Amino acid sequence: MATTADNFQAHGDAHDHHDADHKPSFFARWFMSTNHKDIGTLYLIFAIIAGLIGGSISGIMRAELAEPGIQYLSWWAQLMGGESNIDTALHMWNVFITAHGLIMVFFMVMPAMIGGFGNWFVPIMIGAPDMAFPRMNNISFWLTVAGFCSLLFSMFVPGGIGPGAGTGWTVYAPLSTTGSAGPAVDFAIFSLHLAGAGSILGATNFITTIFNMRAPGMSLHKMPLFVWSILVTAFLLLLALPVLAAAITMLLTDRNFGTTFFDPAGGGDPVLYQHLFWFFGHPEVYIMILPGFGMISQIVATFSRKPVFGYLGMAYAMVAIGVVGFIVWAHHMYTVGLDVNTKMYFTAATMVIAVPTGVKIFSWVATMWGGSLEFKSPMVWAIGFIFLFTVGGVTGVVLANGGVDDNLHDTYYVVAHFHYVLSMGAVFSMFAGFYYWFPKMSGRWHSELLAHIHFWVFFIGVNIVFFPMHFLGVQGMPRRYPDYAEAYAYWNEIATFGYGIVAISVLIFFANLVYAYTAGRRAEANYWGPGATTLEWTLSSPPPFHQFETLPVIEDHHDYHDHLPREGDAKPATA
Amino acid sequence: MSFAVATRDIRHALYALLALIGLVFAVQGLSAAAPAATAPEVASEAGADEAATATEDGAAGDEDAAQGSYEPLGPEWIKGQPTSFEEDPWKSTQFQDQYTEDGEYALWMNNYILTPVIVAISLFVLFLLILVMVRYRRREGREASRTTHNTLIEVVWTIVPVLILVVIAVPSITLLARQYKTAPEDAITIKATGYQWYWGYTYPDQGGFEVISYMLNEPGQPVINEGKREVGSEPWDGPAQLEVDNRMVVPVGVPLRIQTIGADVIHSFAVPSLWFKMDAVPGRINERVLTIKEPGIYYGQCSELCGAKHGYMPIAIEAVPMERWREWVRSKGGTFENEAEAAAAGDAVETGGTTESTAADEGESEAAAAAETTEA
Repeated sequence: MATTADNFQAHGDAHDHHDADHKPSFFARWFMSTNHKDIGTLYLIFAIIAGLIGGSISGIMRAELAEPGIQYLSWWAQLMGGESNIDTALHMWNVFITAHGLIMVFFMVMPAMIGGFGNWFVPIMIGAPDMAFPRMNNISFWLTVAGFCSLLFSMFVPGGIGPGAGTGWTVYAPLSTTGSAGPAVDFAIFSLHLAGAGSILGATNFITTIFNMRAPGMSLHKMPLFVWSILVTAFLLLLALPVLAAAITMLLTDRNFGTTFFDPAGGGDPVLYQHLFWFFGHPEVYIMILPGFGMISQIVATFSRKPVFGYLGMAYAMVAIGVVGFIVWAHHMYTVGLDVNTKMYFTAATMVIAVPTGVKIFSWVATMWGGSLEFKSPMVWAIGFIFLFTVGGVTGVVLANGGVDDNLHDTYYVVAHFHYVLSMGAVFSMFAGFYYWFPKMSGRWHSELLAHIHFWVFFIGVNIVFFPMHFLGVQGMPRRYPDYAEAYAYWNEIATFGYGIVAISVLIFFANLVYAYTAGRRAEANYWGPGATTLEWTLSSPPPFHQFETLPVIEDHHDYHDHLPREGDAKPATA
Repeated sequence: MSFAVATRDIRHALYALLALIGLVFAVQGLSAAAPAATAPEVASEAGADEAATATEDGAAGDEDAAQGSYEPLGPEWIKGQPTSFEEDPWKSTQFQDQYTEDGEYALWMNNYILTPVIVAISLFVLFLLILVMVRYRRREGREASRTTHNTLIEVVWTIVPVLILVVIAVPSITLLARQYKTAPEDAITIKATGYQWYWGYTYPDQGGFEVISYMLNEPGQPVINEGKREVGSEPWDGPAQLEVDNRMVVPVGVPLRIQTIGADVIHSFAVPSLWFKMDAVPGRINERVLTIKEPGIYYGQCSELCGAKHGYMPIAIEAVPMERWREWVRSKGGTFENEAEAAAAGDAVETGGTTESTAADEGESEAAAAAETTEA
């Protein structure tokens, strides 16, 4: 009972159980939470729900694209409250692609990685009792939920031709200004404002926590790589999101208050919006993958029973990716009419990113090299990540070439590329992290067998969905099309077939959750054994409601790059 | 691991990488060689054929031209379109055949540099992963190594990717540098205007007439727009989703100054088989030179989300010999400033007559279009 916080907590508490495990009542615990672990859990539940909705929407899309012609869109248009004409049906398609993109980016990947795993494990890994601003942490979460509600609501209010915002997740002007009447786009923009505000608050929280609340002896160069990844991500969020906020605020005033930032008729320029959007949008893609890099580093090291190879190189590769990520944005805009010199610069700068990314890939392989590999489910997902992220990465090198992008821009090749790095990269790292930490978070074991089956079914499914999209792309099939020429039918049918496999894998995932909560055996503190060396493994599973009443002290020899944990010293000392 | 062991491993890894690149290169070369031998032959044959028909048309079809009835090229002229799996499984996974010099260069770069490199890197990483998974799986009594640093290998895996990127960057920058080339003074200007949801092709040097181009509706599918072919072989003879009522007719083999602009929202003028994509942005005119090498029909589709019917405003370019193009221009009511060059065979009176009659035709066709709208 050494800390002030504990005394404060214990004040007026009639019960005599341990203060660290004193939990508030249900409503206060889950709706007014200031506990980083509870907020992390909320974020994870939220991300799973959002992921289900976003994933179902992609199911609607794949069903529609299974064969040429318009199959189900009219039905959906009526269901969402639109008219039953072909225009509304086609508009619904744009609503679906918009919702799918926004949900997956802002309400699935970001909340799961940063809000979920970041909240759960950053404080624990640096030996802190909680986040620096626990109440702000709470409002970050509820702003995200409010944003999600605003986005879902936008799908049911008029958006011009039919209900919903049909602008694509990029919300390009002037389609999003003069091109979309009705309040739907305003609600979608408001949704981004809310989610963005939540993320900015979360980012400041993480930066403050990581800079100020590290346990004694935990220098920046001893932090686990996952903490490094969240630190870099938080800086990206802090620098990129205000630019998005500005851009979409300008959209709002263009729409409602007669300004003409993006309207050439009043001296504005639609391309300005794209520059602003992608100045945010490119760092955003690294925001979505960097925490994944961090998790993969932890997992690969754990199951190789080796410290991460080239720790400093790994950390600074992420910093380099973050920095360079801010100066490559216009590679999303090669066809808007940039001048040739600009395209040359962005081509060269974009290809530079492949270098630190390559360092990371090879360092993971080198971490495994000479190790003692154990293929538990998180490791299997991590290895799947490394390979599929490589595949997605090399198609990124192709797209980086401005001259080649003249053909591939806005085709399914781009769709294949970013789903390989996100739907496989980011999602594989999230499942890896999930199976890695689930027993830690819940105190119960999932089924390793089901987790492996989940991996293989998902692995096969996503590849069948997305690999044929490379073929469609080089053949010229444009993105965001509800219908296509007969020649594209074969590979589209294959992709839709793959979606069915992915859907089955999601069922396996939920079956595993059910198993864990009904029949799962209790997890001990360090269930992965001597390879798991970070501080969360020194705590019980689940950790106490308040951990580290006495701060752990990180001793000198617990170091990721100069020394190795000595025999019998796999766990760091917690004093 | 000791220094010697490390250098040996690095050496082996590099050999493996080089061997992989070589292998992929060879496979790519073999597969590319076979179609390359036959394709140009067919094309040149077709070209000669086309030239013949064109002159015939030019000579015998003067009266038709005066009445504004230009016969569009038939489906046998389609060159730039996607290939279905059923037709050719291999081609359905590759870029469309290219009919511009830039496109051929870019395709070469893709086939001989990008594809081998990215396939080799992917296989290399896969190979390394399988190797470590087999070699370093957990076995009783074997301790994990404790190596966390090896400066040499870290330098190697930084430098080698840089070198690979330089190999890619040289042709990539060259490809972009070709875009510095502006259209020559006498290039024919065509302004493609993106509307929600159709294209308008304006020919400012030929009197500034605009051809409105709608997608042809597919029988049995919902009617998307007003697209209906006025003159032609059959009401439906092009690929679904790609065929239009009025194609953008251009002369083959001469530089075209393509300009794009958006009338309402951003569209994108894209033709995969010409390696050409340029956004049509409201408030700005984008321009690039385009020279099509062979006569034929080249399809493309709008490539920037532009609203509900984004998927229903395809682009169809019909590239024909100069004489035939002139005939088409006259049939649309276009004129040629330089009459001496334009009407080498004709005289001023006839041209004047043509202009008048086609102007009337235009009025008629508008009325016809309006009638169709009411029908629909």
